[in-house]
Order: sequence, then C-alpha cells, then structure tokens
Amino acid sequence: MTGNAPTTDIAITQQDLAAAFRRFIDAEYVISDAETQRVYECDGLAAYCEMPMLTVLPENTEQVQQVLQLCHQHNVPVVARGAGTGLCAGATPNQYGVLLSMAKFSEILEIDSAARLARLQPGVRNLAISEAAAEYGLYYAPDPSSQIACSIGGNVSENAGGVHCLKYGLTVHNVVQVKLLTVEGEALTLGNEGLDGYGADLLALIHGSEGLLGIITEITVRLLPTPECAQVILAGFASVKAAGDAVGEVIARGIIPGGMEMMDSFAIEAAEAFAQAGYPVAAEALLLCELDGSVEEVAEYVDSVTAIFNELGATSIRVSQSEAERLLLWKGRKSAFPAVGRLSPDYYCMDGTIPRGQLAHVLTEINRMSTEYGLRVANVFHAGDGNLHPLILFDSSIDGEFEKTEEFGGRILELCVAVGGNITGEHGVGLEKLRQMPAQFNDAEISQFHALKFAFDPKGTLNPGKGIPTLKRCQEYRTLKQNADAVQGGHKHA
Amino acid sequence: MPDISTQLLEQVQTALAEHSTLDIRGNRTKTALGRASAADSVPLDLHAHSGIVNYEPGELVMTARAGTTLAEIDAALAEHGQMLACDPRRFGGQATLGGSLATHQSGPARPWYGSLRDHVLGVRLINGRGEHLRFGGQVMKNVAGYDVSRLQAGAMGTLGVLTEISVKVLPQPDYSQTLIKTCDIFDGHTLSQQLASSTKPLTGMTWVDDTLYLRLQGSQQAVAASTRQWQEAYQTTAIEPEQGTQFWQQLREHELDFHRQPAGHSGSPKLWRFSINPRTGPFLTGERWLVNWGGAQRWISGEYDLETLGEHAQASGGEVCLYESSDGTEERMLMTHPALRRIQQNVKAALDPRGIFNPGRLFSWL
Ligand SMILES: Cc1cc2nc3c(=O)[nH]c(=O)nc-3n(C[C@H](O)[C@H](O)[C@H](O)COP(=O)(O)OP(=O)(O)OC[C@H]3O[C@@H](n4cnc5c(N)ncnc54)[C@H](O)[C@@H]3O)c2cc1C
Repeated sequence: MTGNAPTTDIAITQQDLAAAFRRFIDAEYVISDAETQRVYECDGLAAYCEMPMLTVLPENTEQVQQVLQLCHQHNVPVVARGAGTGLCAGATPNQYGVLLSMAKFSEILEIDSAARLARLQPGVRNLAISEAAAEYGLYYAPDPSSQIACSIGGNVSENAGGVHCLKYGLTVHNVVQVKLLTVEGEALTLGNEGLDGYGADLLALIHGSEGLLGIITEITVRLLPTPECAQVILAGFASVKAAGDAVGEVIARGIIPGGMEMMDSFAIEAAEAFAQAGYPVAAEALLLCELDGSVEEVAEYVDSVTAIFNELGATSIRVSQSEAERLLLWKGRKSAFPAVGRLSPDYYCMDGTIPRGQLAHVLTEINRMSTEYGLRVANVFHAGDGNLHPLILFDSSIDGEFEKTEEFGGRILELCVAVGGNITGEHGVGLEKLRQMPAQFNDAEISQFHALKFAFDPKGTLNPGKGIPTLKRCQEYRTLKQNADAVQGGHKHA
Repeated sequence: MPDISTQLLEQVQTALAEHSTLDIRGNRTKTALGRASAADSVPLDLHAHSGIVNYEPGELVMTARAGTTLAEIDAALAEHGQMLACDPRRFGGQATLGGSLATHQSGPARPWYGSLRDHVLGVRLINGRGEHLRFGGQVMKNVAGYDVSRLQAGAMGTLGVLTEISVKVLPQPDYSQTLIKTCDIFDGHTLSQQLASSTKPLTGMTWVDDTLYLRLQGSQQAVAASTRQWQEAYQTTAIEPEQGTQFWQQLREHELDFHRQPAGHSGSPKLWRFSINPRTGPFLTGERWLVNWGGAQRWISGEYDLETLGEHAQASGGEVCLYESSDGTEERMLMTHPALRRIQQNVKAALDPRGIFNPGRLFSWL
C-alpha cells in the first residue's frame, strides 16, 4: 500500500544485508522473520501498516553508523523508529527498507543540574527526563499526552507539543543541542550547551523533520526549576463560544497560563467516565487553566482568572486545593484520547491549528460535517495556542468507514487552512497528511522542501515517501479539488 | 508603508538573468556583524518594504514586512500592553524586523523568554530561484514541512530575502525590579549558579564590572516578595526603576562602559562572543568580561584569534565567534568539520542555487 521504493535500485538481498548486520550487531537484534517484526508494522496510527524488509536494534552510535553506511552503499531505505507512538504514520516501515529502532538508546547520559541541562539518548522516554530531574528540583517542560511512552528522539523529530507549551514552548524551544548521523553515517553536532550560536539555525531545521534528514543519536534539553506552586482552575461553560471568549480575555488581560485546555461536551463525558475527575458533565465546554510560578503570583492570577471566568458566564468553577487534586483534574484531559477510544471500536485523531478567534466557527462546521458523514466527533483543544484535536469515532470493521473517516478528517484540515491555520500543529505529516500538504503549500514551496531534503539526503533513502508529497501527487490533489468544487458549484447554481 | 515585494522579486530575477549577486540591506544598522558581502554585489534595499500587515493582540501574533523598524513595532505593541519578548537590539529603534531575524538578535531575557528565532511563527521569502514563498504561518504551532522560518535565524540573508515575518508577541510584565550586588567575577559566578535554579520570576542575570545585576519581573506581589527574600538572603540592593530600565537597555544596545571603553586595546576593538555551558567557571580572568544570560553568553574584546578562544569555548561545550569587527574580511567563526560544512553548502544550494544572496557575508566559503 505504501511501498515507496527508493529512487535508485537496491543492490543487496535481505539475507546478505542481515548477515552483514550480524557481523557487528548482536544476532538477536537483527530481526528478519515476519512474526517478530509484526510489532513494528505501524506506529500510533494503525491504519497504515507495512512490513519492513529487516528490523535492527543497534545498541550504540557506532552500530547505527555502520547500519547507515551499509544501507547507503546499497541504496536501502532507512526508517527510524522511537517509541512508535506517532500519529501520522511517520515511523511506518518501508517494505524495501530497514526499520531502525532506537529503543536500545534509553540512557540518560547526564543531568547537569548546575547548568540545568540533560544529555539524553534518543530512546529516553519523555516522562523519564522529568522523573530523573526531580531530585534536583528541575523538570523538562514539553509534556505530550503520550509522555509515559514517547521518546525524546521522536519528540524532536515531530517537534512535539503538550499542554504546557503556550508558556514553555514546544520541543524546539527546549532543546539546545542534537547529535545527528547523516545518511552517509557521518556525525554532526548542531547547537551547543550555551544558547544561540553563529550561523543559520540548522538545529531548528531538524525539529519536525520526521527522520527525513538524519538519525538523531543524542539530545541535550534544557530543564526548568519546578515552579514553587501550581494550581489548576476547572471551569464549565454553556457554550464553546463562551469558553473561547474566556480564553481570549485571560490573554487580553496579560496573563499567560502554564496550560489552557478546552474540551467539548462529548470529550468531557468520555474523560469523566474514564478518570472520574469530577468534570462538569452538563457543560457544553470545559476549560482547564493552570497557573504556575511563585506562591504570590499564583495566588494573584488565580483570583484574576476566576473573576474573568465568572464575568464571562462560567457555569461552574473549581480550583485545585492540593497537588493530588491538580493531578486528578489533569488526568481527565491527559487520558482524553484513550477515554474517547473506549466509546468506539476506533478513533481517528486530527491535529489542525487555527487562530483562536476562529474556534466557534470551526467547531460549528465540524459538527455540521459530523452530521453529514454520520460520524461522531469529540473535540479536545490546546486552547491557548489554537491547536485542535477533533477525534472522529468510527468502526474499521465496517466496509468503507475508514475511507469516509479519512475524507472527513481531510476536510477538517482544509477548513483549518482556510481560516488561516494549518494541517498539523504537533503530530506531523508522515504518510497520513501528504494528501493535505498541497492545501497549505504551492508547488514551488513543495519543491523547496524537496531541495532541502536533497541537501541532506541526495539519494532519498531516509524515510522515503514521507513528510513531503511528490509534485505529481499535488497535481492530482488540485485536479480532484477543482472537479469537486466544480460539482459543488454546479449544485449551488442548479 | 508600501508593499514593494513585486519590485524586490524583479530585482532578484534581474540578478539571476545578469549573473550578479545581491547585498540585502535593511537600515544598515548591523554592518559590523558578520563579514562584508562580496564587493561587487548590487544593493537590494528592504527598508522601504515596511509596515505592519496584521496584528491580533488577542492571538498574540503580529505580522510585519521585513523592513519595518522595531520602533514602529514597539509602538504598535505598547498600545495593547504587549511587547517583543525576545527583546532584540533596537539600534535606536532603526533596526528592522528582517535584519533582527537574519542576525538572530535577542536581549537580556533570552534564557527565560526565548530568542527571536523562538518567537518566529512564519516567514515569506524570495529564494534564489526568484520565487516568493511562504513557510510556517500566523498560528503558534505548525509542523507541516521543514521549519524554513527558524532556519533563517542567523543565516544573515544567505538563504533568501525575508519579506514578511510573523512573530509571537507577549504581554508586558506587570512589574519589574532590578537588584544589584557588588562582587568579583568568581563570587558573581557562584551566586548566579545558585539563583538560576531558583523558582523566582527571574528575567535577567548579568555580571559586568564587579557588579551582578538581577531582574525580577511578574506580578507585583511576586516581585515584591522575591525582592525582599533576596535582599535578606544575599544582601542584594534594589535600585530605582529608571536606573534598572536604563541598565538593561544599555546592555541590550551595547552601550555600557564595557562596550564604550574596551579595556587596554586602542584602535579598532574586536568583540568576541562565547555561547557556552552556563556552569563554566571564569576563565582568562585577566580580561574584562561581560557575563550575560546567567553565564550562557560571555563577551570580551581585544586582539585574540578564533583558534585560541575556540579551545576555551570547546572545553566549555560551546563555541565562540568574532561578533563585531570593522574588518569585513575576517572569518567570524571556525567551521572546520567537513560534513557540517558540506551540509551548510548544500542547504545554501537548496535555497540559493546560484549563490546570489549575500555571498561571503556569513562565511568566506559560503
Ligand atoms: C495517546 C497519544 C497522545 C499523544 N499526545 C500528543 C501530544 O499531546 N502532543 C504531541 O506532540 N504528540 C502527541 N502524540 C503523538 C506522539 O506521541 C508524538 O509525535 C511523539 O513525539 C512521537 O514519539 P515516538 O518516540 O513515539 O516517535 P515514533 O512514532 O517512533 O516516530 C516519530 C517520527 O520520528 C522519527 N524518529 C524517531 N526517532 C528518531 C531518531 N532517533 N532519529 C530520527 N528520526 C527519528 C520516525 O521516523 C518518525 O517519523 C500522542 C500520541 C498518542 C498515541
């Protein structure tokens, strides 16, 4: 289905390549049988499955280097894999290629507490960083909801976000250095242990590059002092619009909360059934607003935000009174995806970003399309930074339902672009959103991306066929769109 | 406030047709930064391409043409109690947004608020094929395609002509207080390390000329409480607000005594910038230092060379560059790693295949 062949011919058989790998990698970690490779056939987006030719789990950088050299020599595609929690089919294997699992790279190399830096292997789990830093009163700020499982290498490759990103930034804002192996196996160091070096910002370019530009072997992240105090305010509202206005007002009053999340009624219900956090199930929308900082600052801003929420018609307000209560209130939000997942055989998570002011309009449109397609949708929303996660519920055992879901999802993303936003805020393009890329970029822009890919990977063997669509595919998309628009236009005039 | 992007595009196409190179210019406030472009380059003037295109205070986003001055941007943001949190060097307000991004400027609060690169959301740029392209956008998050916008930070115009930039803006802090303590560089370093890990609302930490300067910003109560605590615990002194504002401004603008009277070297002073691990203890202690960003950025001036200073920088997990010099022919940073050089050249070729933009401005070999 997704077999993106490399541009040049592969010059080695599976058997020979496996034998070559076994000369320097523990035989157990060179996997060639289908059964054992099955666990790698997809990432978090299970609709895209593919079996790799070979899977390797190298244990050190020299081994990765040798894997890359061999693959480069024989034109074999290489797909890196972190924890496989990605939601865009970025880590989906290539049938002609090697799946390079970075799972063995799980060591925290150094917590430099005086400099507030952590040096990490790429397979370290996101949450493990904060756990290790805690004894120094430090933590790692970007906290994707998948943080128990996802790897820091995957976070850099997708430029992952989380509920605290409005105030503390995305992965790209919290990484100072990355060590990378080029497709030829050469080692590069981008960035440094200080801040802002001389020259073009290649470190930024690597963020969100989805394993298309190089293999990340080490990452140095910044750690922040754990705030003295954090409290979360849970507020219910009678409409999504009222909740959206409340978010706008908090920001207009000059307050940047540590986190600002919104859920719609369906998501509230699902999360409450899952986490029993005491969410206002009768509300049409819920806001979780976290304030963190010094004790005095939190006290002052909790009062201000509570007042704003009251003024703007909150139907219920609850302020966490203990750390346990704060974590409980977040638990509902952080488990929203699996919670919604329980209500349906399958769900499909979208990731568009919009200007916040467009929220009510976009949600109204999504609800309209939900009726049109006959598919239910729950919405969770990083409200502070406009990143929307509609979760479409479907049943893949029903013929054609996934295709229908994908079409619906695609229309949501096109809507996001139309109101001034984009097709992905934090989950990436992978295979999944190739189709919508031409909605956001024209052919010259797409060509520019290909040229940048070529700068790092002239033979195109790193994660081929992901991230950037071919121009041919863009043409097809535009033709299809034109036809569809013509049909729609025809209906209107009829 | 005209949009002259059509003319700019024509000029680029002409350069391509005539095989000439272009020297991209804003308001020419940063000619001492980086090397000089090849002498026969034709000026491409951006300063007339100015004006704020869109500003949505509620969305925390501003989009302006690259030639817009920071003075104009500051004025518009101040009306809504907002600011460019990355606090780029203003050059009397004449610095342009495009030039600030191309040289990757950020002020004293950089470790806490982020740099200009951190706040960039999207750009429009003309590449070396004469195409006017758009990357990123006007929303906080975007991971579709490679991050061409942030790549521009520090590229000094070698990767394209920035024509329009969208940045995240932030509310101004309610309240500020500057604290000082007289101490030598060693004590200053020790105290900085201690305070940097504190949970107080710190937004500035600089040591220069035997004084450590600390800035607290945030809600009035938080700043007042932290001020009291630090006065008692570390015998710091709170200074008058105007004095504090003046210090941070002079620091940002390179207008302190440190910058005006580089010790011991007459003639044309060279200013060197270290970006290193902030925990690094003082070195070359005979020199007059300015230690900024809690130790992550350090400055000296004088007749050094990149090799000698480079060894110190490398030992401290970082790098050094010749930040300012009147000699436009000198290399500003050593980049000897062959693969890294090749990648830089390839990236340049990807955006500017014929090498028409600012040849030699960043590196002699680029
Ligand atoms: C329940 C759930 C909730 C989620 N919530 C969030 C959220 O709040 N915010 C968010 O941003 N994301 C979220 N995600 C998506 C996902 O967790 C992130 O994209 C994460 O960063 C992926 O990390 P990973 O280690 O699983 O990477 P993988 O899925 O294994 O890989 C992701 C991409 O990175 C590449 N890659 C991995 N490692 C390397 C390496 N060492 N070198 C080069 N390339 C590499 C792969 O080739 C692939 O293209 C969620 C996912 C799930 C399932």
